[in-house]
Amino acid sequence: MSEYAIQMKAITKVYPNGTMANQDVDFNVKVGEIHALMGENGAGKSTLMKMLFGLEQPTSGEILINGQPTNLSSPTVAISKGIGMVHQHFMLVPSLTVAENMVLGMAPTKSGIMIDYKKAVAITEEYSQKFNLPVNANAKVMDIPVGMKQKVEILKALVRGAKILILDEPTAVLTTQEIQDLFAELKELKKQGYTFIFISHKLNEIMDITDRMTILRGGRSMGIYETKDVTPEEISRLMVGRDVVLKMEKEEARPTDEVLRVRDVEYVNEWGKKMLNKVSFSLRKGEILGIAGVEGNGQKELVDMLFGFNHPNAGTISVNGENIIGLNQRELREKHISLVPEDRMLYGIAADATIEENLISDRSGSKELNNGVLFNMGAIHRMSDDLIRDYTVLCKSRSQKIGSLSGGNIQKVVVAREFSNDPVLIIADQPTRGIDVGATEFIRKKLVELSRSGIAVLLISADLNEVMELSDSLMIMHGGEIAAYFEDTRELSDELMGKYMLGIEHQSPEEIRRVCHE
Amino acid sequence: MNIFTTDFFFSIIRIATPILFATLAAVIGEKGGISNIGLEGIMMMSALFGSLGAYWSGNWFVGLLLAMAVGLAEALLMGFFAFNLKTDIILTGTAINMIGSGGTLFLVKIITGGASTTNLITKSLQIPSINIPGLKSIPVIGAVLSGHSLLTYLGFLFVFLTWVLLYKTPLGLNIRSVGENANAASSVGVSVMRIRYITIGIGGVLAGMGGAFMSMYYAMGWSQDMVAGRGFIALAAQSMGNGEPLGGMLAALVFGFAQALGIKVSATGVDSNLVAPIPYIVTILALVIFALNQRRKEKKRYATALK
Repeated sequence: MSEYAIQMKAITKVYPNGTMANQDVDFNVKVGEIHALMGENGAGKSTLMKMLFGLEQPTSGEILINGQPTNLSSPTVAISKGIGMVHQHFMLVPSLTVAENMVLGMAPTKSGIMIDYKKAVAITEEYSQKFNLPVNANAKVMDIPVGMKQKVEILKALVRGAKILILDEPTAVLTTQEIQDLFAELKELKKQGYTFIFISHKLNEIMDITDRMTILRGGRSMGIYETKDVTPEEISRLMVGRDVVLKMEKEEARPTDEVLRVRDVEYVNEWGKKMLNKVSFSLRKGEILGIAGVEGNGQKELVDMLFGFNHPNAGTISVNGENIIGLNQRELREKHISLVPEDRMLYGIAADATIEENLISDRSGSKELNNGVLFNMGAIHRMSDDLIRDYTVLCKSRSQKIGSLSGGNIQKVVVAREFSNDPVLIIADQPTRGIDVGATEFIRKKLVELSRSGIAVLLISADLNEVMELSDSLMIMHGGEIAAYFEDTRELSDELMGKYMLGIEHQSPEEIRRVCHE
Repeated sequence: MNIFTTDFFFSIIRIATPILFATLAAVIGEKGGISNIGLEGIMMMSALFGSLGAYWSGNWFVGLLLAMAVGLAEALLMGFFAFNLKTDIILTGTAINMIGSGGTLFLVKIITGGASTTNLITKSLQIPSINIPGLKSIPVIGAVLSGHSLLTYLGFLFVFLTWVLLYKTPLGLNIRSVGENANAASSVGVSVMRIRYITIGIGGVLAGMGGAFMSMYYAMGWSQDMVAGRGFIALAAQSMGNGEPLGGMLAALVFGFAQALGIKVSATGVDSNLVAPIPYIVTILALVIFALNQRRKEKKRYATALK
């Protein structure tokens, strides 16, 4: 019997579109340990685990399970090798009972025809007791709390014979109490010889529960470490770092009047988890305020609040002194608030419509573009051609379907629309994610240019380069709170940011309060 | 004049039978996540082949089997387009309906050399009626419940069997899980594709039986568009019955009642143009009541969830 439950050797994964998700990664997990797989979003954690669970195949490299070279061609093969995966988004059928979910695909029968439901319940209860994971076998999954759903997922893997469990960000949806319960259960299972891979980017959890860790950054392994031998500072340095530093030339910001005022905004999500806790800040004309942070720390929820996709449970949000909570997106746009959305394909464009149609989608009712009830096609064509030229959108014509453009050109169309409607406030959420260098540089320059002309820009980005180079001042979010505020980004180091992003440090309320400019 | 005679109640059950078959097909389909709007077309094609099969073989049972086989074949064809070739299932169902309407007439003209109806079913080829001894002699109830077609009794038996299938067998568990969260099902090794074919196939066979009832019992042969929207009414019955077999049966009976009422009223000499909308008005009313009821339940659910 090998000492290692899993050995992944020199794994490289290149996706058909050319993205190199993993490069020469060595990953090994000892039998009976809890092994953390850490890294920022996009570091290659998911891809590596997909290959281990048979959902993807490596481009090159070798995988050994319990010392045996194994070809993991599908999840079914992985399950048969004793690997189980607890997905972040639960793979449960809500209207079925816990017991039915447990035996799905392997239901016990009476005389081969009818389900032996009693036996399903008995199996569920047997495993539930054996592993001390209390669940209610007869309850429908839709009626049980999230923490219990996760227990069901773990039991599902165990009942199928899993000895090695991959837990994909298991604490992301749990409350503090549920997290403590989960950790107690994992420690217990570990004693019984089970092996865990624990995907997370929450440092305190990693320090608390894991034995060893592998840190990924940009698809490469930064090494395997014993948890007791590394400090949180070292981990943060290994996890958060910038490869290339592009210097951005920009004038000194001269912020003037307050535009966006956010005070004490709180939001509790549908599972009762507090996603935003007393978030307060002000954004002024002529400045770019950056928001950095590991994804899932409230940035998405904050943008949802600011652009009317959701409403806070408490607090106030105003733009130029007027409340904006409860306004719909059209009303927000009438107040000249623009959004470059995180998911451009879903919220930014209509893929089957033309470039021109996408460009006018926020202003199709405006006087300039209409003659009475009909469109003024001449005006629309002129405006579209001007925007396509000004934003250097590479396309055959304004009537090309936008979905056929490259990501960078699609994003240029989005920003052309969002930047050209005389905005007072631009919310730029991951404005250059996944697009080419040229388009990235163009959009970044444009943001700086607009801010210097007196527009307030809120920049949310997971790209450290971007957020540090572009922002005049910077907030860091952690656990739904503003963890730090830096008036001048120029004096910031990666290392320091990493500490705040991972929650190792937290500024005092007075320091954070400076972002309110009161 | 008394409308509510034993004859009237007898006719409700008779009229509800084809709707019931299609409703059960819709119930199973929806549980499996398949909105089969092609039931209407499948019923029409099965109605035609049921009557032809009985005529050719001289045996009603062969006709019924042929109707079921044709229903199955059409459903699997729909599945092939929708699941393998990834066409939109609503469009695929619409195509099946158009084939059911125009294609049947086309086939009949080819086969019979020009006629546009088949009055092929003689008394001996009709699906037999069954008098239930004992039950028959009970006053009122006997007159209402006894003497129906074999298929009617089968239909009501199938309500129970559908429930057993969905809730008591591994297949039913798989159908429900595929319908609700196909990823969850496939993550534990359930073949989603296979389950979808089985789901739509069962629906095809049931719709085929409904079609056979139309041409081999309800009428003595096939005529164009004789299914007259029953396949669509079944979809409404499915939703009104909350997607459950028993609920669907009750809804089918409500629609049977509405149609029987329409027939009865027009027989009293009321202008048929006034009577024709009755079944549809009942449909709309029933759906409104259903929707309100659903909303009340949801609210209650939320209220308890919040506690």
